[in-house]
Amino acid sequence: MIWDEKSECMTKKEKEKIQLERLQKTVKLAYENIEFYKKRFDEIGLKPEDIKTLKDIEKIPFTTKSDLREAYPLGLLAVPREDIVEIHASSGTTGKPTVTAYTQNDLDIWGECIARGLKMAGAKKDYIIQNAYGYGLFTGGFGIHHGGNKMGAITVPISAGNTQRQLDTMIDFQSDVLTCTPSYAMYLGESREKAGISLEEINLKAGIHGAEMWTSEMRKRIESSLGIKTFNIYGLTEVMGPGVAQECSEQNGMHIQDDHFYPEIINPENGETLEPGQNGELVLTSLTKTGMPILRFRTKDLTSLIADKCKCGRTTVRMTRITGRSDDMLKIKGVMVFPSQIEKALLKVSGASPNYLIHVTRPDILDEVEVKVEASKELFSDEIKEMEKVEKQIQASIRSETGLRVDVTLCEPESLPRSEGKAVRVIDERKL
Amino acid sequence: MATQISVFIENKEGRIKKAMDTLANAGVNIRALSVGDTTKYGILRLIVSDNETATKSLENDGFIVKESEVVVVAVPDKPNGLNSTLSILDDADINLEYIYAFVSSQPNEAIVAMKVEDTEKAIKVFEENNAKILKKEDLEKI
Repeated sequence: MIWDEKSECMTKKEKEKIQLERLQKTVKLAYENIEFYKKRFDEIGLKPEDIKTLKDIEKIPFTTKSDLREAYPLGLLAVPREDIVEIHASSGTTGKPTVTAYTQNDLDIWGECIARGLKMAGAKKDYIIQNAYGYGLFTGGFGIHHGGNKMGAITVPISAGNTQRQLDTMIDFQSDVLTCTPSYAMYLGESREKAGISLEEINLKAGIHGAEMWTSEMRKRIESSLGIKTFNIYGLTEVMGPGVAQECSEQNGMHIQDDHFYPEIINPENGETLEPGQNGELVLTSLTKTGMPILRFRTKDLTSLIADKCKCGRTTVRMTRITGRSDDMLKIKGVMVFPSQIEKALLKVSGASPNYLIHVTRPDILDEVEVKVEASKELFSDEIKEMEKVEKQIQASIRSETGLRVDVTLCEPESLPRSEGKAVRVIDERKL
Repeated sequence: MATQISVFIENKEGRIKKAMDTLANAGVNIRALSVGDTTKYGILRLIVSDNETATKSLENDGFIVKESEVVVVAVPDKPNGLNSTLSILDDADINLEYIYAFVSSQPNEAIVAMKVEDTEKAIKVFEENNAKILKKEDLEKI
Protein backbone atom coordinates (compact mmCIF):
# COMPACT_ATOMS: atom_id res chain seq x y z
CA MET A 1 0.00 0.00 0.00
CA ILE A 2 1.64 3.19 -1.19
CA TRP A 3 0.14 6.61 -0.52
CA ASP A 4 1.67 8.46 -3.47
CA GLU A 5 3.26 6.04 -5.92
CA LYS A 6 4.34 8.80 -8.26
CA SER A 7 6.48 10.49 -5.62
CA GLU A 8 7.60 7.47 -3.65
CA CYS A 9 8.61 5.20 -6.54
CA MET A 10 10.47 7.54 -8.89
CA THR A 11 13.44 6.38 -10.89
CA LYS A 12 16.81 7.72 -9.81
CA LYS A 13 16.89 10.04 -12.81
CA GLU A 14 13.43 11.46 -12.21
CA LYS A 15 14.15 11.99 -8.57
CA GLU A 16 17.48 13.72 -9.06
CA LYS A 17 15.90 16.05 -11.57
CA ILE A 18 13.14 17.04 -9.14
CA GLN A 19 15.57 17.29 -6.24
CA LEU A 20 17.87 19.63 -8.15
CA GLU A 21 15.02 21.88 -9.32
CA ARG A 22 13.64 22.09 -5.81
CA LEU A 23 17.07 22.60 -4.24
CA GLN A 24 17.83 25.49 -6.56
CA LYS A 25 14.48 27.05 -5.78
CA THR A 26 14.98 26.64 -2.02
CA VAL A 27 18.50 28.07 -2.10
CA LYS A 28 17.26 31.10 -4.02
CA LEU A 29 14.35 31.57 -1.61
CA ALA A 30 16.64 31.38 1.41
CA TYR A 31 19.34 33.61 -0.04
CA GLU A 32 16.96 36.32 -1.16
CA ASN A 33 14.75 36.41 1.91
CA ILE A 34 16.74 35.31 4.95
CA GLU A 35 19.50 37.57 6.21
CA PHE A 36 21.30 34.67 7.91
CA TYR A 37 21.74 32.63 4.72
CA LYS A 38 22.66 35.67 2.62
CA LYS A 39 25.44 36.52 5.07
CA ARG A 40 26.69 32.93 5.15
CA PHE A 41 26.77 32.71 1.33
CA ASP A 42 28.37 36.13 0.88
CA GLU A 43 31.12 35.33 3.41
CA ILE A 44 32.42 32.59 1.12
CA GLY A 45 31.42 34.24 -2.14
CA LEU A 46 28.75 31.67 -2.96
CA LYS A 47 25.79 32.61 -5.17
CA PRO A 48 22.54 30.63 -5.59
CA GLU A 49 23.46 30.21 -9.29
CA ASP A 50 26.56 28.25 -8.25
CA ILE A 51 24.34 25.31 -7.33
CA LYS A 52 24.32 23.60 -10.71
CA THR A 53 24.29 19.95 -9.64
CA LEU A 54 23.14 18.08 -6.54
CA LYS A 55 26.79 17.57 -5.64
CA ASP A 56 27.15 21.37 -5.44
CA ILE A 57 25.11 21.25 -2.22
CA GLU A 58 28.42 20.47 -0.53
CA LYS A 59 29.48 24.07 -1.15
CA ILE A 60 26.74 25.36 1.16
CA PRO A 61 27.80 25.91 4.80
CA PHE A 62 26.11 23.79 7.47
CA THR A 63 23.34 25.14 9.65
CA THR A 64 23.47 24.13 13.31
CA LYS A 65 21.12 24.15 16.24
CA SER A 66 22.95 27.12 17.72
CA ASP A 67 22.35 29.09 14.50
CA LEU A 68 18.65 28.48 15.01
CA ARG A 69 18.88 29.51 18.65
CA GLU A 70 20.51 32.76 17.70
CA ALA A 71 17.66 33.48 15.35
CA TYR A 72 15.13 32.86 18.14
CA PRO A 73 12.22 33.28 17.85
CA LEU A 74 11.39 34.12 14.23
CA GLY A 75 14.62 35.31 12.66
CA LEU A 76 14.70 32.76 9.84
CA LEU A 77 11.43 33.39 8.04
CA ALA A 78 11.50 33.45 4.25
CA VAL A 79 7.97 34.81 3.99
CA PRO A 80 6.06 37.71 5.56
CA ARG A 81 4.56 36.90 8.96
CA GLU A 82 1.05 36.96 7.55
CA ASP A 83 1.83 33.78 5.59
CA ILE A 84 2.72 31.80 8.73
CA VAL A 85 -0.13 29.74 10.17
CA GLU A 86 1.45 27.54 12.86
CA ILE A 87 4.49 27.44 15.08
CA HIS A 88 6.19 24.63 16.96
CA ALA A 89 9.27 24.58 19.14
CA SER A 90 11.69 22.14 20.70
CA SER A 91 11.54 21.61 24.46
CA GLY A 92 14.59 23.75 25.05
CA THR A 93 16.01 21.31 27.59
CA THR A 94 19.53 21.90 26.33
CA GLY A 95 19.22 25.66 25.92
CA LYS A 96 16.94 28.15 24.26
CA PRO A 97 14.19 26.41 22.30
CA THR A 98 14.41 26.21 18.54
CA VAL A 99 11.33 27.38 16.70
CA THR A 100 9.86 26.24 13.40
CA ALA A 101 7.20 28.22 11.57
CA TYR A 102 4.91 26.73 8.94
CA THR A 103 2.97 28.22 6.06
CA GLN A 104 -0.17 26.45 4.89
CA ASN A 105 1.97 24.91 2.14
CA ASP A 106 4.35 23.56 4.80
CA LEU A 107 1.53 22.04 6.82
CA ASP A 108 0.23 20.35 3.68
CA ILE A 109 3.66 18.85 3.03
CA TRP A 110 3.89 17.72 6.64
CA GLY A 111 0.48 16.06 6.42
CA GLU A 112 1.51 14.45 3.13
CA CYS A 113 4.69 12.98 4.65
CA ILE A 114 2.81 11.63 7.68
CA ALA A 115 0.06 10.22 5.47
CA ARG A 116 2.70 8.31 3.51
CA GLY A 117 3.90 6.86 6.81
CA LEU A 118 0.42 5.98 8.02
CA LYS A 119 -0.10 4.12 4.79
CA MET A 120 3.18 2.25 5.33
CA ALA A 121 1.74 1.16 8.68
CA GLY A 122 -1.35 -0.12 6.87
CA ALA A 123 -3.75 2.67 7.87
CA LYS A 124 -6.86 3.42 5.84
CA LYS A 125 -9.54 6.07 5.85
CA ASP A 126 -11.74 4.20 8.33
CA TYR A 127 -8.91 3.52 10.79
CA ILE A 128 -8.88 5.04 14.26
CA ILE A 129 -5.56 6.58 15.11
CA GLN A 130 -4.99 6.94 18.83
CA ASN A 131 -2.52 9.77 18.84
CA ALA A 132 -0.74 9.64 22.19
CA TYR A 133 2.06 11.98 21.20
CA GLY A 134 1.96 15.17 23.25
CA TYR A 135 -0.07 18.00 21.76
CA GLY A 136 1.43 21.42 22.15
CA LEU A 137 4.63 23.08 21.04
CA PHE A 138 6.12 19.61 20.57
CA THR A 139 5.77 18.56 16.94
CA GLY A 140 4.69 14.97 17.67
CA GLY A 141 1.01 15.47 18.44
CA PHE A 142 0.11 17.97 15.75
CA GLY A 143 2.33 16.35 13.13
CA ILE A 144 0.51 13.02 13.32
CA HIS A 145 -2.76 14.91 13.54
CA HIS A 146 -2.13 16.77 10.27
CA GLY A 147 -1.24 13.45 8.62
CA GLY A 148 -4.36 11.74 9.94
CA ASN A 149 -6.45 14.58 8.56
CA LYS A 150 -4.67 14.40 5.23
CA MET A 151 -5.45 10.71 4.95
CA GLY A 152 -9.00 11.22 6.11
CA ALA A 153 -8.56 8.70 8.92
CA ILE A 154 -10.17 9.18 12.33
CA THR A 155 -7.65 10.84 14.61
CA VAL A 156 -8.22 10.70 18.36
CA PRO A 157 -6.17 13.57 19.85
CA ILE A 158 -5.76 11.90 23.24
CA SER A 159 -2.23 13.29 23.70
CA ALA A 160 0.35 11.72 26.04
CA GLY A 161 -0.39 10.63 29.60
CA ASN A 162 -3.47 9.48 31.50
CA THR A 163 -2.69 5.83 31.01
CA GLN A 164 -6.06 4.56 32.26
CA ARG A 165 -7.83 6.64 29.65
CA GLN A 166 -5.46 5.40 26.96
CA LEU A 167 -6.36 1.81 27.81
CA ASP A 168 -10.08 2.62 27.98
CA THR A 169 -9.87 4.30 24.58
CA MET A 170 -8.12 1.27 23.06
CA ILE A 171 -10.96 -0.92 24.29
CA ASP A 172 -13.95 1.39 23.74
CA PHE A 173 -12.96 2.82 20.36
CA GLN A 174 -11.07 -0.28 19.23
CA SER A 175 -8.25 1.97 18.01
CA ASP A 176 -6.31 0.55 15.06
CA VAL A 177 -3.07 2.52 15.24
CA LEU A 178 -1.21 3.84 18.27
CA THR A 179 1.19 6.73 17.83
CA CYS A 180 3.45 7.73 20.73
CA THR A 181 7.05 7.60 21.94
CA PRO A 182 8.48 4.08 22.22
CA SER A 183 9.00 4.38 25.97
CA TYR A 184 5.35 5.31 26.41
CA ALA A 185 4.27 2.45 24.16
CA MET A 186 6.26 0.12 26.37
CA TYR A 187 4.67 1.61 29.45
CA LEU A 188 1.21 1.21 27.95
CA GLY A 189 2.00 -2.41 27.13
CA GLU A 190 3.13 -3.04 30.71
CA SER A 191 0.05 -1.26 32.02
CA ARG A 192 -2.23 -3.36 29.85
CA GLU A 193 -0.72 -6.53 31.28
CA LYS A 194 -0.90 -5.16 34.81
CA ALA A 195 -4.55 -4.21 34.39
CA GLY A 196 -5.32 -7.73 33.22
CA ILE A 197 -6.64 -6.58 29.83
CA SER A 198 -6.25 -9.34 27.24
CA LEU A 199 -4.95 -8.71 23.73
CA GLU A 200 -8.33 -9.88 22.41
CA GLU A 201 -10.05 -6.96 24.11
CA ILE A 202 -8.04 -4.44 22.11
CA ASN A 203 -7.80 -4.16 18.37
CA LEU A 204 -4.49 -2.40 17.81
CA LYS A 205 -2.73 -3.40 14.62
CA ALA A 206 0.15 -0.99 14.31
CA GLY A 207 2.23 1.41 16.34
CA ILE A 208 4.18 4.34 14.94
CA HIS A 209 6.89 5.29 17.37
CA GLY A 210 9.72 7.75 17.39
CA ALA A 211 11.07 10.97 18.92
CA GLU A 212 13.54 9.03 21.03
CA MET A 213 16.00 6.21 20.52
CA TRP A 214 14.88 2.64 20.84
CA THR A 215 16.40 -0.72 20.14
CA SER A 216 15.13 -3.79 18.35
CA GLU A 217 14.80 -5.53 21.73
CA MET A 218 12.47 -2.75 22.86
CA ARG A 219 10.54 -3.20 19.63
CA LYS A 220 10.00 -6.88 20.38
CA ARG A 221 8.63 -6.06 23.81
CA ILE A 222 6.25 -3.40 22.50
CA GLU A 223 5.06 -5.64 19.69
CA SER A 224 4.33 -8.56 22.00
CA SER A 225 2.84 -6.54 24.84
CA LEU A 226 0.41 -4.69 22.57
CA GLY A 227 0.01 -7.32 19.85
CA ILE A 228 1.06 -4.93 17.09
CA LYS A 229 3.61 -4.37 14.37
CA THR A 230 5.65 -1.27 15.04
CA PHE A 231 7.02 1.33 12.66
CA ASN A 232 9.96 3.53 13.48
CA ILE A 233 9.34 7.17 12.56
CA TYR A 234 11.93 9.91 12.34
CA GLY A 235 11.84 13.65 12.27
CA LEU A 236 12.96 16.72 14.10
CA THR A 237 11.46 20.05 15.00
CA GLU A 238 14.21 22.03 13.28
CA VAL A 239 13.45 20.45 9.92
CA MET A 240 9.69 19.86 10.22
CA GLY A 241 8.79 17.32 12.88
CA PRO A 242 7.99 13.60 12.64
CA GLY A 243 7.50 12.21 9.17
CA VAL A 244 10.81 13.13 7.58
CA ALA A 245 11.31 9.37 7.40
CA GLN A 246 9.48 6.22 8.41
CA GLU A 247 9.74 2.47 8.10
CA CYS A 248 7.52 0.46 5.80
CA SER A 249 6.33 -3.05 6.60
CA GLU A 250 9.73 -4.45 5.64
CA GLN A 251 11.07 -2.84 8.86
CA ASN A 252 14.37 -2.44 7.10
CA GLY A 253 15.37 1.20 7.30
CA MET A 254 13.24 4.34 7.31
CA HIS A 255 12.15 5.78 3.97
CA ILE A 256 13.22 9.40 3.82
CA GLN A 257 10.68 11.52 1.94
CA ASP A 258 13.51 12.60 -0.30
CA ASP A 259 11.40 14.60 -2.71
CA HIS A 260 10.87 16.96 0.26
CA PHE A 261 14.10 16.51 2.22
CA TYR A 262 17.54 15.97 0.77
CA PRO A 263 19.70 13.74 2.96
CA GLU A 264 23.47 13.62 3.24
CA ILE A 265 25.72 11.70 5.61
CA ILE A 266 28.85 13.43 6.81
CA ASN A 267 31.80 12.62 8.98
CA PRO A 268 30.91 14.54 12.18
CA GLU A 269 34.57 15.23 12.88
CA ASN A 270 35.49 17.02 9.65
CA GLY A 271 32.23 17.59 7.77
CA GLU A 272 33.21 15.51 4.73
CA THR A 273 30.41 13.85 2.80
CA LEU A 274 30.25 10.07 3.10
CA GLU A 275 28.93 7.40 0.74
CA PRO A 276 25.72 5.38 1.19
CA GLY A 277 26.38 2.54 3.64
CA GLN A 278 28.87 4.54 5.66
CA ASN A 279 27.86 5.55 9.15
CA GLY A 280 27.94 9.23 10.02
CA GLU A 281 25.86 12.26 10.90
CA LEU A 282 22.67 12.93 8.98
CA VAL A 283 22.42 16.35 7.34
CA LEU A 284 19.06 17.47 5.94
CA THR A 285 18.02 20.17 3.51
CA SER A 286 14.36 21.02 2.99
CA LEU A 287 13.35 21.02 -0.69
CA THR A 288 9.80 22.30 -0.58
CA LYS A 289 9.25 24.22 2.64
CA THR A 290 8.55 27.90 2.17
CA GLY A 291 8.05 29.35 5.66
CA MET A 292 11.41 28.44 7.10
CA PRO A 293 13.48 26.61 4.51
CA ILE A 294 16.54 25.00 6.05
CA LEU A 295 19.83 24.29 4.31
CA ARG A 296 22.18 21.51 5.36
CA PHE A 297 21.00 21.17 8.92
CA ARG A 298 23.28 19.07 11.08
CA THR A 299 20.91 16.72 12.90
CA LYS A 300 23.60 15.22 15.17
CA ASP A 301 21.87 11.88 14.57
CA LEU A 302 24.17 9.06 13.54
CA THR A 303 22.91 6.74 10.82
CA SER A 304 23.70 5.51 7.34
CA LEU A 305 21.79 5.58 4.06
CA ILE A 306 20.52 2.70 1.95
CA ALA A 307 20.16 3.80 -1.66
CA ASP A 308 18.75 0.57 -3.17
CA LYS A 309 15.10 0.13 -4.00
CA CYS A 310 13.15 -1.38 -1.10
CA LYS A 311 11.26 -4.66 -1.40
CA CYS A 312 8.07 -2.68 -0.76
CA GLY A 313 8.54 -1.01 -4.14
CA ARG A 314 9.44 2.45 -2.91
CA THR A 315 12.62 4.02 -4.21
CA THR A 316 12.92 6.73 -1.57
CA VAL A 317 16.32 6.47 0.07
CA ARG A 318 16.30 4.77 3.47
CA MET A 319 18.16 5.58 6.65
CA THR A 320 19.09 2.90 9.16
CA ARG A 321 18.03 3.00 12.80
CA ILE A 322 19.73 5.87 14.62
CA THR A 323 22.68 4.41 16.47
CA GLY A 324 23.33 7.45 18.61
CA ARG A 325 23.73 11.19 18.59
CA SER A 326 27.04 12.76 17.90
CA ASP A 327 26.43 14.94 20.97
CA ASP A 328 24.73 12.21 23.04
CA MET A 329 27.80 10.12 22.77
CA LEU A 330 29.45 9.76 26.13
CA LYS A 331 33.17 9.52 26.32
CA ILE A 332 33.87 7.56 29.44
CA LYS A 333 37.45 6.74 30.32
CA GLY A 334 38.17 7.60 26.72
CA VAL A 335 35.71 5.01 25.39
CA MET A 336 32.78 6.06 23.19
CA VAL A 337 29.52 4.88 24.74
CA PHE A 338 25.96 5.37 23.59
CA PRO A 339 23.02 4.97 25.96
CA SER A 340 21.48 2.57 23.45
CA GLN A 341 24.34 0.15 24.10
CA ILE A 342 23.46 0.01 27.79
CA GLU A 343 19.86 -0.65 26.89
CA LYS A 344 20.90 -3.45 24.60
CA ALA A 345 23.04 -4.97 27.33
CA LEU A 346 20.18 -4.87 29.83
CA LEU A 347 17.74 -6.53 27.49
CA LYS A 348 20.15 -9.44 27.20
CA VAL A 349 19.84 -10.21 30.91
CA SER A 350 16.62 -12.07 31.48
CA GLY A 351 14.28 -10.28 33.84
CA ALA A 352 16.22 -7.03 33.64
CA SER A 353 14.10 -3.98 33.01
CA PRO A 354 15.21 -1.75 30.14
CA ASN A 355 14.60 1.25 32.36
CA TYR A 356 17.94 2.60 33.34
CA LEU A 357 19.85 5.74 34.20
CA ILE A 358 23.52 6.26 33.49
CA HIS A 359 25.17 8.37 36.13
CA VAL A 360 28.67 9.55 35.27
CA THR A 361 30.88 11.26 37.81
CA ARG A 362 34.53 12.08 38.18
CA PRO A 363 35.19 12.16 41.92
CA ASP A 364 38.91 12.48 41.45
CA ILE A 365 40.71 12.07 38.15
CA LEU A 366 38.98 8.96 36.86
CA ASP A 367 35.49 8.62 35.44
CA GLU A 368 33.08 6.51 37.38
CA VAL A 369 29.88 5.14 35.94
CA GLU A 370 26.93 3.94 37.89
CA VAL A 371 24.11 2.32 35.96
CA LYS A 372 20.87 2.32 37.88
CA VAL A 373 18.52 -0.41 36.80
CA GLU A 374 15.01 -0.99 38.02
CA ALA A 375 14.74 -4.31 39.81
CA SER A 376 11.92 -6.68 38.99
CA LYS A 377 10.31 -9.67 40.63
CA GLU A 378 12.39 -11.98 38.42
CA LEU A 379 15.64 -10.38 39.55
CA PHE A 380 14.79 -10.15 43.20
CA SER A 381 15.88 -12.71 45.74
CA ASP A 382 15.74 -12.94 49.51
CA GLU A 383 19.45 -13.72 49.46
CA ILE A 384 22.08 -11.02 49.03
CA LYS A 385 24.35 -13.55 47.37
CA GLU A 386 21.81 -14.03 44.57
CA MET A 387 21.28 -10.31 44.17
CA GLU A 388 25.00 -9.81 43.81
CA LYS A 389 25.02 -12.48 41.15
CA VAL A 390 22.40 -10.55 39.20
CA GLU A 391 24.36 -7.32 39.48
CA LYS A 392 27.46 -9.10 38.24
CA GLN A 393 25.54 -10.56 35.33
CA ILE A 394 24.30 -7.10 34.30
CA GLN A 395 27.78 -5.72 34.79
CA ALA A 396 29.25 -8.41 32.54
CA SER A 397 26.63 -7.80 29.88
CA ILE A 398 27.37 -4.05 29.86
CA ARG A 399 31.06 -4.81 29.76
CA SER A 400 30.76 -7.06 26.74
CA GLU A 401 28.61 -4.46 24.96
CA THR A 402 30.69 -1.37 25.75
CA GLY A 403 34.02 -2.56 27.08
CA LEU A 404 33.43 -0.60 30.26
CA ARG A 405 33.38 -1.74 33.84
CA VAL A 406 30.47 0.00 35.50
CA ASP A 407 28.89 -0.07 38.89
CA VAL A 408 25.37 -1.52 38.77
CA THR A 409 22.76 -0.46 41.29
CA LEU A 410 19.34 -2.02 41.44
CA CYS A 411 16.57 0.34 42.42
CA GLU A 412 12.86 0.03 43.02
CA PRO A 413 10.52 -0.45 40.09
CA GLU A 414 9.16 2.68 38.48
CA SER A 415 11.55 4.83 40.51
CA LEU A 416 13.49 6.10 37.50
CA PRO A 417 12.19 9.07 35.57
CA ARG A 418 10.36 7.99 32.43
CA SER A 419 7.80 7.53 29.92
CA GLU A 420 5.33 10.21 29.00
CA GLY A 421 7.79 12.58 27.46
CA LYS A 422 11.34 11.72 26.58
CA ALA A 423 13.09 9.41 29.01
CA VAL A 424 16.07 10.78 30.92
CA ARG A 425 18.89 8.31 30.37
CA VAL A 426 22.07 10.11 31.27
CA ILE A 427 23.16 12.31 34.13
CA ASP A 428 26.69 13.50 33.55
CA GLU A 429 28.07 15.31 36.56
CA ARG A 430 31.67 15.45 35.43
CA LYS A 431 33.12 18.91 35.40
CA LEU A 432 35.07 18.75 32.19
CA MET B 1 8.65 -24.68 57.89
CA ALA B 2 7.17 -21.27 57.36
CA THR B 3 6.77 -18.86 54.51
CA GLN B 4 8.65 -15.63 54.80
CA ILE B 5 8.12 -12.62 52.60
CA SER B 6 11.05 -10.55 51.42
CA VAL B 7 10.80 -6.97 50.21
CA PHE B 8 13.32 -5.09 48.08
CA ILE B 9 14.22 -1.83 49.83
CA GLU B 10 16.15 0.80 47.96
CA ASN B 11 18.73 2.60 50.04
CA LYS B 12 16.69 5.78 50.25
CA GLU B 13 15.27 7.75 53.11
CA GLY B 14 12.04 6.45 54.58
CA ARG B 15 11.64 3.31 52.49
CA ILE B 16 11.36 0.86 55.40
CA LYS B 17 8.88 3.20 57.04
CA LYS B 18 6.89 3.26 53.80
CA ALA B 19 6.71 -0.54 53.77
CA MET B 20 5.63 -0.51 57.41
CA ASP B 21 2.92 2.06 56.64
CA THR B 22 1.63 -0.18 53.89
CA LEU B 23 1.46 -3.21 56.19
CA ALA B 24 -0.14 -1.20 58.98
CA ASN B 25 -2.82 0.14 56.64
CA ALA B 26 -3.51 -3.39 55.44
CA GLY B 27 -3.88 -4.56 59.05
CA VAL B 28 -1.00 -7.00 58.79
CA ASN B 29 0.78 -7.95 61.98
CA ILE B 30 4.53 -8.54 61.88
CA ARG B 31 5.74 -11.57 63.81
CA ALA B 32 9.41 -11.25 63.01
CA LEU B 33 11.64 -9.01 60.96
CA SER B 34 15.20 -8.80 59.80
CA VAL B 35 17.06 -6.69 57.29
CA GLY B 36 19.90 -7.91 55.14
CA ASP B 37 21.68 -4.81 53.94
CA THR B 38 24.35 -3.82 51.49
CA THR B 39 25.55 -0.29 50.82
CA LYS B 40 23.07 0.07 48.00
CA TYR B 41 19.90 -1.66 49.08
CA GLY B 42 18.36 -3.80 51.74
CA ILE B 43 16.28 -6.93 51.79
CA LEU B 44 13.54 -6.75 54.36
CA ARG B 45 12.54 -10.23 55.52
CA LEU B 46 9.30 -10.65 57.37
CA ILE B 47 7.18 -13.28 58.97
CA VAL B 48 3.69 -11.85 59.11
CA SER B 49 0.17 -12.76 60.13
CA ASP B 50 -1.21 -12.85 56.60
CA ASN B 51 1.14 -13.40 53.66
CA GLU B 52 -1.45 -12.91 50.97
CA THR B 53 -2.68 -9.53 52.21
CA ALA B 54 0.87 -8.40 52.93
CA THR B 55 2.12 -9.31 49.45
CA LYS B 56 -0.83 -7.79 47.67
CA SER B 57 -0.72 -4.48 49.55
CA LEU B 58 3.05 -4.14 49.18
CA GLU B 59 2.93 -4.90 45.46
CA ASN B 60 0.14 -2.39 45.01
CA ASP B 61 2.40 0.20 46.57
CA GLY B 62 5.15 -0.60 44.08
CA PHE B 63 7.34 -2.88 46.18
CA ILE B 64 8.91 -6.05 44.85
CA VAL B 65 7.90 -8.94 47.06
CA LYS B 66 8.98 -12.54 47.09
CA GLU B 67 7.93 -15.49 49.18
CA SER B 68 10.41 -18.08 50.33
CA GLU B 69 10.49 -20.99 52.72
CA VAL B 70 12.42 -20.75 55.97
CA VAL B 71 12.86 -23.26 58.75
CA VAL B 72 11.64 -21.95 62.07
CA VAL B 73 12.89 -23.66 65.22
CA ALA B 74 12.33 -22.98 68.91
CA VAL B 75 15.57 -23.01 70.86
CA PRO B 76 16.03 -23.20 74.62
CA ASP B 77 16.56 -19.72 76.10
CA LYS B 78 19.83 -20.49 77.84
CA PRO B 79 23.57 -20.40 77.09
CA ASN B 80 24.48 -22.80 74.27
CA GLY B 81 20.81 -22.92 73.21
CA LEU B 82 21.30 -21.66 69.67
CA ASN B 83 24.66 -23.30 69.39
CA SER B 84 23.23 -26.76 69.97
CA THR B 85 20.65 -26.14 67.26
CA LEU B 86 23.25 -24.95 64.79
CA SER B 87 25.44 -27.96 65.58
CA ILE B 88 22.73 -30.15 64.13
CA LEU B 89 23.06 -28.36 60.78
CA ASP B 90 26.80 -28.32 61.01
CA ASP B 91 27.02 -32.05 61.61
CA ALA B 92 24.84 -32.64 58.58
CA ASP B 93 26.98 -30.28 56.43
CA ILE B 94 24.08 -27.97 55.64
CA ASN B 95 24.99 -24.39 54.80
CA LEU B 96 23.14 -21.59 56.50
CA GLU B 97 22.33 -18.64 54.24
CA TYR B 98 21.00 -16.36 56.95
CA ILE B 99 19.37 -16.50 60.34
CA TYR B 100 17.37 -14.21 62.58
CA ALA B 101 15.88 -14.62 66.00
CA PHE B 102 12.75 -13.37 67.69
CA VAL B 103 11.07 -13.82 71.02
CA SER B 104 8.50 -16.39 71.84
CA SER B 105 5.47 -16.12 74.09
CA GLN B 106 6.84 -19.19 75.86
CA PRO B 107 9.06 -17.98 78.69
CA ASN B 108 11.82 -20.53 78.24
CA GLU B 109 12.45 -20.39 74.56
CA ALA B 110 13.53 -18.15 71.71
CA ILE B 111 12.67 -18.67 68.08
CA VAL B 112 15.03 -18.63 65.13
CA ALA B 113 14.17 -18.45 61.43
CA MET B 114 16.77 -19.96 59.14
CA LYS B 115 17.27 -20.00 55.42
CA VAL B 116 19.32 -23.06 54.58
CA GLU B 117 20.77 -24.50 51.45
CA ASP B 118 18.62 -27.60 51.59
CA THR B 119 15.37 -27.05 53.48
CA GLU B 120 14.08 -30.63 53.32
CA LYS B 121 17.31 -32.09 54.57
CA ALA B 122 17.47 -29.55 57.40
CA ILE B 123 13.96 -30.42 58.54
CA LYS B 124 14.84 -34.08 58.47
CA VAL B 125 17.92 -33.70 60.65
CA PHE B 126 16.13 -31.36 63.04
CA GLU B 127 13.37 -33.93 63.44
CA GLU B 128 15.89 -36.72 63.99
CA ASN B 129 17.48 -34.65 66.74
CA ASN B 130 14.13 -33.78 68.31
CA ALA B 131 14.43 -30.06 67.68
CA LYS B 132 11.12 -28.19 68.01
CA ILE B 133 10.14 -27.14 64.50
CA LEU B 134 7.39 -24.55 64.36
CA LYS B 135 4.70 -24.72 61.70
CA LYS B 136 2.40 -22.10 60.35
CA GLU B 137 -0.20 -22.80 63.05
CA ASP B 138 2.41 -22.50 65.78
CA LEU B 139 3.55 -19.15 64.49
CA GLU B 140 0.02 -17.82 64.58
CA LYS B 141 -0.01 -18.38 68.33
CA ILE B 142 3.12 -16.35 69.03
